[in-house]
Amino acid sequence: MSWLRKNLIPIIGILVLVYLFIPIAVVAILSFNKPAGNFNVAWNEFSLEGWQNICGVPGVCSSFLTSIQIGFLATFIGTLFGTMIAFALVRYRFRGRSTTNLLIFLPMATPEVVLGSSLLALFLNLVFPLGFWTVTIAHIMFVISFVVVTVKARLQGMDPRLEEAARDLYADPRATFRYVTFPLVLPGILGAALLGFSLSFDDYIISAFNAGTLVTFPIYIWGAAQRGIPVQVNALATLVFLLTLVLVLTVQFVNARRRRKLERAVTG
Amino acid sequence: MPPLAPPSRKGQTPLTGAAGQRRPRTAYLLLIPGLAWLGIFFVVPIVSLFFTSLQASTDRAGIYQPAFQVSNYLVALQDYWPQFIRSFIYSGIATVLALIIAYPLAYFIAFRAGKWRALLLVLVVAPFFASFLLRTYAWRTILADEGFVTSFFNALHLLPQGRILNTPIAVVLGLTYNFLPFMILPLYAALERIDPRLIEAASDLYASPFTGFRKVVWPLGLPGVVAGTLLTFIPASGDYINATLLGGPGDRMVGNAIQVNFLQFRDYPIASALSFILMAIILTVVFLYVRRAGTEDLI
Repeated sequence: MSWLRKNLIPIIGILVLVYLFIPIAVVAILSFNKPAGNFNVAWNEFSLEGWQNICGVPGVCSSFLTSIQIGFLATFIGTLFGTMIAFALVRYRFRGRSTTNLLIFLPMATPEVVLGSSLLALFLNLVFPLGFWTVTIAHIMFVISFVVVTVKARLQGMDPRLEEAARDLYADPRATFRYVTFPLVLPGILGAALLGFSLSFDDYIISAFNAGTLVTFPIYIWGAAQRGIPVQVNALATLVFLLTLVLVLTVQFVNARRRRKLERAVTG
Repeated sequence: MPPLAPPSRKGQTPLTGAAGQRRPRTAYLLLIPGLAWLGIFFVVPIVSLFFTSLQASTDRAGIYQPAFQVSNYLVALQDYWPQFIRSFIYSGIATVLALIIAYPLAYFIAFRAGKWRALLLVLVVAPFFASFLLRTYAWRTILADEGFVTSFFNALHLLPQGRILNTPIAVVLGLTYNFLPFMILPLYAALERIDPRLIEAASDLYASPFTGFRKVVWPLGLPGVVAGTLLTFIPASGDYINATLLGGPGDRMVGNAIQVNFLQFRDYPIASALSFILMAIILTVVFLYVRRAGTEDLI
């Protein structure tokens, strides 16, 4: 009993983590299913159809590629602009700081349905054709805010003495940035980019408003949900989930090892 | 003693490095592209949304002309007030549930996880790597009428409608699940800043674990609670994915109303008015919170 009381919080914590993964497990398990009817919601029979013939259903892979393209474009531009803002906010004094912070914060405090519909209102008023570019524009907009917040936190957590040391060793500002600041912030920027990509790749609501006839992967899933989601979608989503998880865990592991090595080098 | 100082109330970013020594011109050059993007594709659209919400219909369907038709707002509220009420009730309950579920995990990662901390944080955000729509849809399998969960609660006679799927319960459960990481992360960030010695000090002074929590951890972690509840409540109140995929026809939320009016009925003025009302309500809520916590603590 006292053991339970002592370990109550870790036990609840782990149960919550399990809860977070239950639906993902369901998605993965159903990727090996051979649905009885149109709807892949209940287990029927084991089948590898979804994995062997992953592009077998028209629209699945093309929408997937569209989402990847938009994700890369939006992540690249959004991360670039967001990182620049984060540097300005942490490293410089300038007028309009609170306005900048507000402008970064507001898109995150606005429900997606408002972001999506307001952009649509703009595009409609301008008679701007909806499609690939309108979705990409929208994604860059929300990626910027999330990148600023993530990179800012990283920059603020950095030890200022490292840059001072570089300057003491006669590094000019450019060299300091290139050899000290940037490598130290890079993991933060990459983390922000990964977050941005996940948000863009997975966005349904904002995309649905601004896509016109364009079909992204989430838009395909939404449409398919009415008549039954093909197992291929489950297989692709499981694949993306596993690949991203492995990628993130590898980066974490490499970082941790590098840090340990550095610490050993410093402490002798 | 620095660790005892409460986190800064009035948010001032601590400037590190060569802050303030460099000329602000570079700062503006760094700011321009991103802020211009947010200006053009966030601020201008909101203004555009406002003007659209006041437009009047013309002879042709789907075509509207500039006007100052404030009555659109009355029509929107008259037709869709139940959706508004539902949205705020569902997302309110989901936020409270998420807080209750998230707190133990955030506490565990902040104080008890040791070297597993980084790994656990990855696991908290990992659901983002799996499709939001598919994860929501998976709840149809978990909460299915003949399924284990529904049978269990039915055996206890806890379900008024005899089922979970296509009821408000499913919508609230879906919302709670989907936005949980947004609750865990800010909670963790706030708890992690608390010096564990403060908790030890409380127990040294004969505070029971519960009193120690109530008098030390809870007040110091409050900025995280504020941020987490906002980051959960805001997306939940505007969501229509959970209501559509998990709820019944009578459980639609305001997001559904906006989506249907914009994309199916093409009644842009009413849809814009709905969006604007939703945003106004949420901004009021945020503003009241921000006045208590300071913007930079939230983001």
